[in-house]
Amino acid sequence: MYSVRLWSARHSRQMEWAYNTFNPAVVAVLRGVVKVFGRKLDKPITKAEALAKGFLFDCKMCGDCALSKTGMSCPMNCPKTLRNGPCGGVRENGHCEVKPEMRCVWVAAWDGASRMKQGDRIAEANFALDHRLKGQSSWLKLARDD
Amino acid sequence: MTDRATIDAEGLNPGDPLAQLSGHVSHGRFERVLRAGHFAISTEIAPPDSADPQEVLRRAALFDGHVDAINATDGSGANCHMSSLAVCALLTREGHSPIIQISCRDRNRIAIQGDLLGASALGVCSVLCLSGDDVSVGDHPEAKPVFDLDSVSLLQTVRILRDESRFLSGRQLDLPPRLFLGASINPFAPPHSARVDQFAKKVSAGAQFVQSQYCFDIEMARAFMARSRDLGLTERCYVLMGVGVLASAKTARWLRSAIPGVHIPEDIIHRLEQAEKPRAEGRKIAVELMQQLAEIEGISGVHLMAFKQEEWVGEIVTQSGVLQGRRPWSPSHLAHLTQLAKA
Repeated sequence: MYSVRLWSARHSRQMEWAYNTFNPAVVAVLRGVVKVFGRKLDKPITKAEALAKGFLFDCKMCGDCALSKTGMSCPMNCPKTLRNGPCGGVRENGHCEVKPEMRCVWVAAWDGASRMKQGDRIAEANFALDHRLKGQSSWLKLARDD
Repeated sequence: MTDRATIDAEGLNPGDPLAQLSGHVSHGRFERVLRAGHFAISTEIAPPDSADPQEVLRRAALFDGHVDAINATDGSGANCHMSSLAVCALLTREGHSPIIQISCRDRNRIAIQGDLLGASALGVCSVLCLSGDDVSVGDHPEAKPVFDLDSVSLLQTVRILRDESRFLSGRQLDLPPRLFLGASINPFAPPHSARVDQFAKKVSAGAQFVQSQYCFDIEMARAFMARSRDLGLTERCYVLMGVGVLASAKTARWLRSAIPGVHIPEDIIHRLEQAEKPRAEGRKIAVELMQQLAEIEGISGVHLMAFKQEEWVGEIVTQSGVLQGRRPWSPSHLAHLTQLAKA
């Protein structure tokens, strides 16, 4: 949801804290799950990730989550799915040129990054997405180290 | 340079490729001019809605002898026109120095890499990497937007092809493309504080020159350049600031409201409104901006965008005096020398 997504980017610092605090544990648990169940639970885990991240970030399940590098503003909500910063068409009010009613995801991203401890990671370039990963779980990717 | 030396250095046929100088990534004139420390001028050709090659050459002839490079736009504004690659190929044959614009909107990484090899094979020496306007603003809003790459990953892609001599897949190239690598910047759009960081990201990804969106706000340009110099970006990348030629206050207002990312201060619009001859005033504004930009440390040239006023490019460049008497290499001049040599 748009308003929740904006809220998440505004609270990027807390999101970062939660991620850094709980992520190792979540990944450890998932590693165990993957060891015991193989791929049997992939579907529900992926569904859970889609629901949670969908609610918080309007996550599009690109399969290669960059939220920690993008100020907790999901770049896949950009109509051009730009993963390396805003285009040149951002409106004077900071809104999107394609969807004038929406705040540019990269304006939100820089804003969010400025509040994060490791916000300067926004300067790192993201290489083009592997489109085969679409719909797959980033959590499971971390758990499987692939 | 004497005429004889010009012919020796650059060959008799205007379309012949030049030798690649040591330390250069391309054999193009645009890179030569910038690396030699000259103030450079690039401009933009509007590809025709036509299959007529003469129309391309007619449009390019307007710039002959006035500019160091001609950008061939790639479906600008998401409107359909002749392809940038085809326009560039026609231009290199005549001896013009084109910059191929590649937008990520219409082609995926397979098509783009193929076009980059093809462009280099056809004598194109410079490339400008763009994200591209969204299809929704153009004349085919029903088209499928691609955006497989973005401007930064496109820069990385060109660098991998050129410097690592391989496709993104890892497959080796027999001969890598020789391309001088460019990107766009827009110091005049939000998020203002991040625009220099965005510039830095593009330089890290491989940009060797950048061309900016229209600059009508000289103070903003100064502030942007000061920050760029502080980060050392101007030592790693040539900056060409965009200069527009406004036809009237009405055009200026339209540009400002219809094209997101175009910033035109009220005093410019006021000047056009007050002027008896607004078109002449628009050209005067362009001349003044060019002169002011040339004074800013770290700016290596201007990118003159004179849409539908292309016939004035020569006069604007001359009046600005920014070339300080230098005459950019031109096909017609070399053709003239060739005649002399034969006689």
